[in-house]
Amino acid sequence: MEEFVYAGDATLSRPGSNAELSAWVDYVYFRDNPAGPHSELWYHAAACRQFLKVERDTRTHVISSAELA
Amino acid sequence: MMQAFRQETGGLIDRARPVAFSFDGRRLQGYQGDTLASALLANGVRLVGRSFKYHRPRGILSAGPEEPNALVELREGAAREPNTRATVAELFDGLSARSQNRFPSLRHDVLSINGALAPIFAAGFYYKTFMWPAAFWERVYEPLIRRAAGLGRASGLPDPDRYGKQTAFADVLVIGAGPAGLSAALAAAGQGGRVVLAEQDSALGGRLLSDRRSIDGRPALAWLAEAEARLRAAGVRILTRTTITGVFDGGTYAGVERVADHLAAPGTLPRQRLWRVVARRAVLATGAIERPIVFGGNDLPGVMLAGAVRSYVNRFAVRPGARAAVFANNDDGAGTIADLVQAGMEVVALVDPRPQTPPALRAVAASHGVPVFEQSTVRQAVGGTALSSIVLGGKADGVRLSCDLLAMSGGWNPAVHLASHHGGRPVWHDALAAFVPGQMPPGMRAAGAAAGHVSTGGALRTGSEAGGGKESAVPSTGPESDAVTPFWQVVNPTGKAFVDFQNDVTSADVALAAREGFTNVEHLKRYTTLGMATDQGKTSNVTGLAMMAALTGRTIAQTGTTVFRPPYTPVAIGAMGGTHRGARYRPTRRTPAHDWAASQGAPFTEAGEWLRATHFPKVGETMQQSIDREVRTVRQAAGFCDVSTLGKIDVQGPHAGAFLDFVYANTISSLAPGRARYALMLREDGFAFDDGTVARLSDTHFVATTTTGNASRVLQHLDFCRQMLKPDLDVCVEPVTDQWAQFALAGPHARSVLEQLVGAGSDVGGRSLPFMAVAQAAVCGVPARIFRISFSGELAYEIAVGASHGAALARALQSAGAAPYGLEALNVLRLEKGHPVAAELNGQTTAADLGLGRMLSRKKDFIGRALSERAALQDADRPALVGLRPRAGGTLQAGAHLVPAGAPARIEHDHGHVTSAAYSATLGCWIGLGLLAGGQRRIGEVFRAVNPLQKMETEVDIVPPVFHDPAGAALHG
Repeated sequence: MEEFVYAGDATLSRPGSNAELSAWVDYVYFRDNPAGPHSELWYHAAACRQFLKVERDTRTHVISSAELA
Repeated sequence: MMQAFRQETGGLIDRARPVAFSFDGRRLQGYQGDTLASALLANGVRLVGRSFKYHRPRGILSAGPEEPNALVELREGAAREPNTRATVAELFDGLSARSQNRFPSLRHDVLSINGALAPIFAAGFYYKTFMWPAAFWERVYEPLIRRAAGLGRASGLPDPDRYGKQTAFADVLVIGAGPAGLSAALAAAGQGGRVVLAEQDSALGGRLLSDRRSIDGRPALAWLAEAEARLRAAGVRILTRTTITGVFDGGTYAGVERVADHLAAPGTLPRQRLWRVVARRAVLATGAIERPIVFGGNDLPGVMLAGAVRSYVNRFAVRPGARAAVFANNDDGAGTIADLVQAGMEVVALVDPRPQTPPALRAVAASHGVPVFEQSTVRQAVGGTALSSIVLGGKADGVRLSCDLLAMSGGWNPAVHLASHHGGRPVWHDALAAFVPGQMPPGMRAAGAAAGHVSTGGALRTGSEAGGGKESAVPSTGPESDAVTPFWQVVNPTGKAFVDFQNDVTSADVALAAREGFTNVEHLKRYTTLGMATDQGKTSNVTGLAMMAALTGRTIAQTGTTVFRPPYTPVAIGAMGGTHRGARYRPTRRTPAHDWAASQGAPFTEAGEWLRATHFPKVGETMQQSIDREVRTVRQAAGFCDVSTLGKIDVQGPHAGAFLDFVYANTISSLAPGRARYALMLREDGFAFDDGTVARLSDTHFVATTTTGNASRVLQHLDFCRQMLKPDLDVCVEPVTDQWAQFALAGPHARSVLEQLVGAGSDVGGRSLPFMAVAQAAVCGVPARIFRISFSGELAYEIAVGASHGAALARALQSAGAAPYGLEALNVLRLEKGHPVAAELNGQTTAADLGLGRMLSRKKDFIGRALSERAALQDADRPALVGLRPRAGGTLQAGAHLVPAGAPARIEHDHGHVTSAAYSATLGCWIGLGLLAGGQRRIGEVFRAVNPLQKMETEVDIVPPVFHDPAGAALHG
């Protein structure tokens, strides 16, 4: 078990309850896979259980910022 | 015991401490301070292995971790380690080593016939030859090739050793403790801050241990001792026998410390320790690896790297031969000659391929009476199982010289491996004729030979700079020539000329790859296997690349570069696992009443992270008899079961009800305080996620349970929903699993048992505590929650008390007349009632599949609602939950597939599978649950449950999933 757990793309927003099916399919299944800066969520599983919003470059793994989500 | 090739004096070995060891069963002796390789050479053992493909005799090429040839099986039995490099294995008393890849013996290897079959073992041979017929690959070709070509054998037994892990934090990590690394560490220590110095060897010093140098006008070893003392005084953490194997994100470095590999047995020590060093800055002072030269027979035992020859002569006081020749394209030849002569060996030639041999070098050779063959090469090394003579080429073409040792040097390749672990590629430096680090990992600087500065003076100066020191503080050194003229291979060699010794890749293979168009470096590697296997091309990659450049008329820079990935040297899987193996693979969770259950003789099984009691056997009972008795006890009297492993989550706040409405598919907010409800949670994709009960303790206080296996996933999901999706709701979510011990008390006598525990003051009668009600009362005098809920279908309660009272509650329940039941009986009871568990809630089933479709609220938004309504999930032919009852008293197995009676057991007739099965003592027969296409529409049909793996099948009736008391009369008693 790791202290921080990856928890997905931070840029997603949950569709409203009346949204089209296609919006839900996009939200649940489709993800961009950028080579470069990526905004993502991490879960501080082994401690405070807070979700963090982390800016990470997927090519270098350099984390440029991390803030409470 | 004779050590015929040991010098009488000198070296860094301890002659007062002889060490006995064996090689291929032969008993030999070396000294403390030897490596296996140096001890073998001291005993005149030159043939130590057979090559990978051609089974050619091989000896010791190097004196370090780059060794491609001298790989042995070290130790015996379960501790046996294959492919251990004899050049880094430290000698210990009783060491036992065996040569590899030979049959029947090292000296007489019948598979050396492969050498005669060389044409079919050429590059690309597998791809071309063993194409057809395809079925032959697995059955015929591969086993044959594996027998003929291979490395050492794994023991096949569990690793008997222990491994550890440790983390260190540093301002500066210095990798390598040669002159550059020592200089860097001294400079860094002078700045304050935490310094870690990691050295793969058993002692600090690097080449200073092997080359006779002077620093500040004194022997380098004197400076070395003083430097080490200063580093220790400054508090530098010195890790010897520690190889930094990888560079990872955020300045994280992996290292393997060979804590006890130099001891006969680890005793209380771990065998190895995996280090994680997190450092702001790192100095790459890993030195350089000498290049072999490609010429005919260059793989014969007795042909060695010149630097290795100096190591054996100076550090280990060994004579690796009696008559030596030197073949070098650089001025290191002078030192090699001087050292050989000093050790009492005869030097018959200095062969220099360069257009001009510098006068200073000629003068050194002349002073020792060594003939110099300028503009000449070694065309061929000649010998049977060891070198006996060399034949020269070039200007001295045809000259044949008798010798048993050839010290070769093609210059040095900086050990840049770690510098490219972040993807940076090494760059070719023309003046140094070497690849030097390119884009470095953040915070890393290279120094010394790793950066191309191969002289001692250059190493001290660049090391100090990299460590943050001043140039004025660098000690002085004597004059050294680091002149080098690139020279890779002898043109038109006689016989096989090896580029990659470990993979038996020859110059002809590289030429073949070039002719067939595999000119890209990566293609060259895959086509010829150059650079693969345990040494990862440490002595061959750059040479192969340079040869490809020459073959294609390109410069080395144009041809490309090679990249390296972790690990730098092989790492035992055990070291990566550390203590996390077997029972320690992950933490084991025990319920508060675990010890009590153990005292009752209960066996345990893993359930998620937990250990749970399976059953409580009485004397003379089989497991099945225990389970049947426990089931009957619950149906006829009263039983209790530890359910503390269920996840328990406290949800509090003014918006707790709204939050739970969002995360559960059914409505929770309508629950009255003091009541509980079965609740189902979906994933956002519309499939069922988890189920449990939610109880409302007050307007603003709920407590929810999860299944045992999903507890942490559900918690993370609820945290996500609260923080990311519903941040405006005023609600707190806290896990309280560990705070509560909880027992199910079930059976027609459950109430009378409970009444004994709550005392006269509390009413747990059916009127005040009806089905699905919750009470907070004192049980055995301690605060408790009593939930009137039932998983077994009987009159039942779940009683929760503070964790520290768990065992006491178990004892009290037993005293009050209830009998304990375990996980097995629990499973039978739920199966009789058709309740789904993880086997049915398997991530691929919807609420409707499980017969719970009506729970999905139509009045609110909740997680999973939108996608649960999509057409594919509404398909009436989806596999859905049914009951299964074997005909004619048959048994049933989970995992069996359901095919229509009369249809053959083939995939096109597969309509579903059995998810759970058990013998029901209540019904007196086997029962099961399954997921069957069309679900309950198929009730009344007959299927076969087929298990082709175990050749079992049973005819089953499809029945409703609730086998016992479908009306639920017992619940409300």
